Amino acid sequence: MTELDDFRAQTRAWLEANCPPEMRKPMKSEKDICWGGRDFTFQSDAQREWLEVMGERGWTVPDWPSEYGGGGLSAEEAKILKQEMKALGCRVPLTSFGISMLGPALLAFGSEEQKQRFLPPIARGEIRWCQGYSEPGAGSDLAGLSTKAEDRGDHYLVNGQKVWTSYADEADWIFCLVRTSTESKHGGISFLLFDMASEGVSTKPIKLISGYSPFCETFFDDVKVPKDQLVHEENKGWTVAKYLLGHEREMISGMGLGGGKGSSLLSEALGEVDDPLLATDLARFDVDALAFQAMSEAFIDQLKAGEAHPALPSMMKYAGTELNKRRHELVMALGGSDALEWESDRSKEGARARDWLRTKANSIEGGTSEIQLGIVAKHILQLPGA
Amino acid sequence: MLKLNDDQRMLQDTVRLFMAEKGAISKQLRHWRDIGCKDGFGHSLWEEMGKLGLTGILVPEAAGGSALGQVEANVVLEEIGRNLTPSPFLTTAVAAVRALEGSAHAEKWLPGIAEGKTVAALAIDEGPHHDPSKITMTATRSGNGFVLDGDKQFVVQGASADLLLVAAATDDGPALFAVAPDASGLDIENVTLADSSKAARLSFDKVEVDADAQVGEGDAPLKRALAAGRAGVASELVGVAAGAFEMTNAYLRERKQFGQPIGSFQALQHRAAHLYGEIEIARAATLKAAQLLDEGSERAAMMVHVAKAKAGQVARLAVQEAVQMHGGIGMTDEHDIGFYMKRQAVIDQLFGGPDFHARALAQRS
Repeated sequence: MTELDDFRAQTRAWLEANCPPEMRKPMKSEKDICWGGRDFTFQSDAQREWLEVMGERGWTVPDWPSEYGGGGLSAEEAKILKQEMKALGCRVPLTSFGISMLGPALLAFGSEEQKQRFLPPIARGEIRWCQGYSEPGAGSDLAGLSTKAEDRGDHYLVNGQKVWTSYADEADWIFCLVRTSTESKHGGISFLLFDMASEGVSTKPIKLISGYSPFCETFFDDVKVPKDQLVHEENKGWTVAKYLLGHEREMISGMGLGGGKGSSLLSEALGEVDDPLLATDLARFDVDALAFQAMSEAFIDQLKAGEAHPALPSMMKYAGTELNKRRHELVMALGGSDALEWESDRSKEGARARDWLRTKANSIEGGTSEIQLGIVAKHILQLPGA
Repeated sequence: MLKLNDDQRMLQDTVRLFMAEKGAISKQLRHWRDIGCKDGFGHSLWEEMGKLGLTGILVPEAAGGSALGQVEANVVLEEIGRNLTPSPFLTTAVAAVRALEGSAHAEKWLPGIAEGKTVAALAIDEGPHHDPSKITMTATRSGNGFVLDGDKQFVVQGASADLLLVAAATDDGPALFAVAPDASGLDIENVTLADSSKAARLSFDKVEVDADAQVGEGDAPLKRALAAGRAGVASELVGVAAGAFEMTNAYLRERKQFGQPIGSFQALQHRAAHLYGEIEIARAATLKAAQLLDEGSERAAMMVHVAKAKAGQVARLAVQEAVQMHGGIGMTDEHDIGFYMKRQAVIDQLFGGPDFHARALAQRS
């Protein structure tokens, strides 16, 4: 047996001994996702227990260094852990923007003190983070943001407004882009971390066309942020912001895989289709979906080998979200008027229609499809003036 | 890992240089077309490919080959596609070798293929659309052999071949037969296609062959040839798409209108960026199919359908965008970009178009 085989056997044995049976059943809805955080209401004792044992082992973030609360696993070991969790049907113990977005940025740009202070609580699911990027006047033109942070000696004084802040009303802390200089557009942005419980922070949920409110408006009114909560250097926040966006786009591109059900064909999932035109659309969709699945595998392998072009996440985000929108258009077309029910037990409170509407944001959030195409044109194709 | 390993990359570097130099459009495709060559390809290039070890890429070492896999064959085919290099590689070195391997015919034919001397052709299609499930050509038992009756078309390089591999229906189902081009009762019409490649129409009128003309047993050799041919032509399509795209991307930078490079216009940038992503996706799907074939995975057949369908659809988009973005110059025979459109149209149909494979994917259960 090689060392990796040993690791696989030990991992399986540990998971079998420690993963509560309830946490080996598929999630029924988004409500079963564990986000962690100061105010998180666990759905069950099993959910809490699963987070605690995995967090203690650092396996909520298997490939982070162990000194920052991670599992310290190599890429191969992390892959084995993922495979074994999948084989046993173990749920993901913790999902958070701290894991998928802030953590990688802090590992790359944070000071030693910041890594030690902020990363372990992310790994244990104690602090839930939100992302303060977009503003009413700075959407696609993100670098045009105007939320102001004034230097007041030992702290910054932050004033302004963010929008589309995912789960701001449930988050404990925010990573936030602010303007510290007006002399340069991209070169006047800084990256701050602060507590959402700070005086002067308020949030207001935004009701979407789906009826859900996953996003908020977030207001800052004379919020004091200690200076040691600045990541990287003042006026160099755009570098951190772009790095973090790459990770966000990788995460969103996974939607093209159909929420973990990627290996099954949509034409199989939806059963017999009588209409030949619809069957044709489904067949063409399945070709694209399986091809994209192969691309996702290739993308991950390129990332691990350090061979992926830095702008490749933009291509993946564009392709994955456009595919996901097509998937839900087909689900609606096949469902006909059944799929239009909005409030009934039969329709699970309009799940199909609400999910369909939710996907329309996929190609807007994290940078629109058009922004992604522009990034590909500029950075990969190196077209002039892009 | 869904990426090429170090050896495969070295092969890719070698073949990329070789094809760009020896297989270039001006030296091969345009040259053979302009002199009216009856084969549509150069035998000297085929021999050079043999010396480089390419024609024997799938041939067992005992027969003079290097016994590599579909992934390696596809590496070669992507470069062939990129340069539109006419050669018997796809049908002879990939599909025919897979059909012949392990059969009594292997010993006779594989060494010649590995040397770049032998050319084989595959006769499957009988109508304008590929559908090997509906073969009507018959192979009837007669004495010690078979009698072949029926018509074939789209037989790539059929009039240049030393060996014809012919799909026909027997009492026990479809099978593949090795037929000599000079067999009595066989009529071969050499046809020039839109891309100036050659594909024959064959007419079999009571052509008698020995019992041992059958290749292997049952429909397995035909299935192997189809799987390898389809996965291979998917890579050639990716190469055609990539070649057309690279040429177009260069043109977007150099062509100026309204005082600036046309590549600075967002209307074209977004289309180019979309196409870039589609080509990457088609390449990944094709590599996945080739890897699964080499692993002998049961998922290979499904992924081969995906690869051929996706690569076909993407290559079609690539050549259409390429000609449109080149504007008027793209419509001239003098410019090479039009060759990409014509080649794409031909190999799109070869071994079944995107609709055939999307349908096959949907109908498998």
